[in-house]
Amino acid sequence: MGKILKGTIYGLAVAAVAGLGFPASDAKAADLKGKTISWMIPFKEGGGSGRWARFMTPLLAKHTGANIQLKFVPGGGSTKGANLYASRAKANGLEVFGTSGSTQFPFLLGDKRVKYDYGKWRPLLAYATGGVVYINPKLGVKTAADLVKKNPAMKYGSQGATSLDLVPLLAFEMLGLNVKAVFGMKGRSAGRKAFMTGETEIDYQTSSAYLSKVTPLVKEGSAIPIMSWGALDANGNLTRDPTFPNLPHFAEVYKQVKGKAPSGAWFDAWKAFFVAGFPAQKFMVVPKETPGDMVKAYQDALTKVFADPDYLAQKDKKIGKYPQVTGKAAELKFKAATSVPPAAKKWVRDWLTKKYSVKF
Amino acid sequence: MLEALTEAFTILFTIQHLTYMVVGVLLGLVVGVFPGLGGIVGLSLCIPFLHGMDPVSALAMLVGLVAVIPTSDTFTSVLMGIPGSSASQATVLDGFPLAKKGEAARALGAAFSASLFGGLFGAFILTFFVLIARPVILFFTTAELFMLAVLGISMVGVLSGQNIWKGVASCGLGLVIGAIGGAPATGEWRMTFDINYLADGIPLVVVGLGVFAFPEVVDLLRKSGTIAKGATLGKGWLHGLQDMFRNRWLCLRCAGIGTLIGAIPGLGGSVVDWIAYGHVVQTSKDKSKFGTGDIRGVLAPESANNAKEGGGLIPTLLFGIPGSGSMAVFIGGLILIGLEPGPRLLTAELPTTYTIVWTLAFANVVGAGLCLFLSPVIARLTTIRYHLLAPFMLMVISFAAFQASRDLMDFIALVLIGLLGVGMKRFGWSRPALLIGFVLADQVEVYLYQAIQFHEWSFLTRPGVIVLAIITVISVFLGARNKPQAEEEVHDVTSVHAADLRPQLIFSGFVGIVFLYALYDSTKHSTLGSVFTMGVGAVMLVAAIFVIKGVWQSGGEQNTFNYDEERPGVASFKVPEKGIWYFLIWIIGLLGLTALTGFFIALNVFFVAFLRLEAKATWVRTVVLTLMADAILMFLSWLMTLDLPWGLLQHKVIDLPWPIGSI
Repeated sequence: MGKILKGTIYGLAVAAVAGLGFPASDAKAADLKGKTISWMIPFKEGGGSGRWARFMTPLLAKHTGANIQLKFVPGGGSTKGANLYASRAKANGLEVFGTSGSTQFPFLLGDKRVKYDYGKWRPLLAYATGGVVYINPKLGVKTAADLVKKNPAMKYGSQGATSLDLVPLLAFEMLGLNVKAVFGMKGRSAGRKAFMTGETEIDYQTSSAYLSKVTPLVKEGSAIPIMSWGALDANGNLTRDPTFPNLPHFAEVYKQVKGKAPSGAWFDAWKAFFVAGFPAQKFMVVPKETPGDMVKAYQDALTKVFADPDYLAQKDKKIGKYPQVTGKAAELKFKAATSVPPAAKKWVRDWLTKKYSVKF
Repeated sequence: MLEALTEAFTILFTIQHLTYMVVGVLLGLVVGVFPGLGGIVGLSLCIPFLHGMDPVSALAMLVGLVAVIPTSDTFTSVLMGIPGSSASQATVLDGFPLAKKGEAARALGAAFSASLFGGLFGAFILTFFVLIARPVILFFTTAELFMLAVLGISMVGVLSGQNIWKGVASCGLGLVIGAIGGAPATGEWRMTFDINYLADGIPLVVVGLGVFAFPEVVDLLRKSGTIAKGATLGKGWLHGLQDMFRNRWLCLRCAGIGTLIGAIPGLGGSVVDWIAYGHVVQTSKDKSKFGTGDIRGVLAPESANNAKEGGGLIPTLLFGIPGSGSMAVFIGGLILIGLEPGPRLLTAELPTTYTIVWTLAFANVVGAGLCLFLSPVIARLTTIRYHLLAPFMLMVISFAAFQASRDLMDFIALVLIGLLGVGMKRFGWSRPALLIGFVLADQVEVYLYQAIQFHEWSFLTRPGVIVLAIITVISVFLGARNKPQAEEEVHDVTSVHAADLRPQLIFSGFVGIVFLYALYDSTKHSTLGSVFTMGVGAVMLVAAIFVIKGVWQSGGEQNTFNYDEERPGVASFKVPEKGIWYFLIWIIGLLGLTALTGFFIALNVFFVAFLRLEAKATWVRTVVLTLMADAILMFLSWLMTLDLPWGLLQHKVIDLPWPIGSI
């Protein structure tokens, strides 16, 4: 309530900051105490993003002193909420937005429903995850390299070629695996069920789902992990996923079977979508024009959250093992996850059209 | 197992556990009474409080809430003809006619005792089922799921009303509406007219409300008076309880059906009540009363839909595969309290699973008990003059529809589907058949495609598929054994037949055009993306042509083709004085004003205008009722952090404070 008033006050504050010529990045942190922050999540309650936001909200509220309201606006695979945020949100630092891979992908692919622009947003927080590929032991192989060598016919239960499944589908193709994608799965859990009923032979899950739901299968001998997607180091290079240090990552497997490191437009594309879907899967963003002191307030609060014993004790179990970042590190990830070289973009669009008759 | 059960009951009967369970039950009651809010909203409201709660209490609260939603949503289904949630849609068919006859208390009594019974029996089955759940659930591959969906569709046979062609075409309408949006196999946008809203498909809540609640509101307004004939309540809830005992075997069967179908992930809970309803119609010798207030039509879906929740817990807990939207939120809640779903809940953590199952059962007892206790009071609503109630009904329906995807388009879709519902009701097309088609459209298509991909056509020879096919054939046979008399409307067919055939022809023609459009649209897509709409369009076009031909040839004769509530050829049937369009224009006016000024302002204007002009209320009463509506609306949207729909005013002109504008 009192939005007009609030708007005016922040308008004046912005004008004051701008007028005094403070560079935004050096500004002092604003005080969020007692303010009401509205955090929009462009998904239904109950999904991964909802869980992430529900976990972060009380901690962020504790360290900002603000009251945080979550607003779920599902639709269009998150494009609806993102469009809405892009068109309505004020750059007053009190309206933040939670993106996810499903928000990044249509943007990177140039989906016609997208009316938002990541270039107009600024990240406050970046969340990471990873993914693990596993196969049915009946295939008779134990490693990715052997799988490529033997090359049996396999099926994969997919949510759709332009979803996060773009990353596995492209990876399978580039390794030369004989995988037939069967679409129409209602989420990764449905894909996992198809694997468990024996209808598919190859599947992947994000790290936390893998740890809790697939590890028991591995233990009882009905699934074998063969590779992870990998992770990003501080310089943006692909490395082994620290959560699964014993599993080779995709580029490693590629090099092993093809004899050379992956490169070219297809790999640029794969990497861009991989980053946007996994190591930089979720961002908390604000409009770019948001005053620097506001951004600083969030960054400071998040830094405190990351050191909060409560956060450290519960984070692994509730949102996964990967560290979250703010500040410069988040900006770097943001850049990597929201830009794709034009040639790579063209390549992947053509590939989707040719292979899966996706119309753009 | 016994050890685990003992441990579970020790936890269950602690004061702390029971207290939090009751808190969950109370919250669930409040939320569940509002149509469209249901489990997802209730759980979302709980979740912020889970932090810092100890897991036992948090779990008790969550489960208590989940348990009571399919109980409390019965109120509006029976009393207003507004399906409280997708689980109570079938309850409307006989529950609401009972309320209209002045037997609301009896219907509620039967519904709640059936809920209670269903919940308890469901928990009993689950206690054993949990142990064999894994192989059973994994037995249902996409091939079996496809056959289950076909079994669901076959229920149209008994729910098609008096004219089988109209019934089939109604189901076809549902299938076509259900096919709107992204094609499951290819993601192509079908029949979306380039409207982003349609890309996600029309939400089930909107279709359910549009098809059932909307025509009822219009109908009741025209007849004026009260919902219950003569404003009496008739026999009490004890009578309903007796009804349940008399039909205990039916309730037992339906509870079993509910538990098992609920436990199979992928079919979705929204079809359970229809299968139970179809089951009771098929197996009854005397079908003549169904649709006009047969108490068995209330007992069957209500005993099934509570049992379903327990069944739905199994894949949720064991595999982390949510069977429904509310189960997805439930998983989120479990993880927040540090309980990760997984196979361990079957072995090391079996006591936890049993605690959950039996908390669900006891929450059912408490919830149904409370509802029974409240029902005589709440049933009085049916004795209030409907013109005073109507604006509230419209507010509740619009809010519920809007809650589906928080978009003004929800409201527009509601009115359009509502118009379709009004036409179907008037001309005797089966609205349940439409809903079944709608609910199963996606599943039939997806599972058939996936089954062929995974197993090729040999999926038809899988044992599970063959068994289900046999059940389907038996079910169709049972349904056809006695020429089904189930007509959803109260009127006797011989008293209503049209003297003027033009409105009929226009409506049937419109249905034909829908199928033609589906056919046309299918030509724009790839084989995989078009085969479903093409098949449905072609087959249903034939059905529609049969209907048109039937109407055309009926002449002045009385038959089921030319059923028309508005143009009776028999003088004994009275048509209300005010036409259908009179009140439709009121509703469309509310929609139009919402598009201009946003929902909050529009609703206030509507309340004042309607109460003054139509209900002839005094100014004092008008103001009091309008403020009451505002309070309810603000409370709900505040609770749910919801911006009410904006109009041009908010989009283009000015920033306004909540609730008119944004939070």
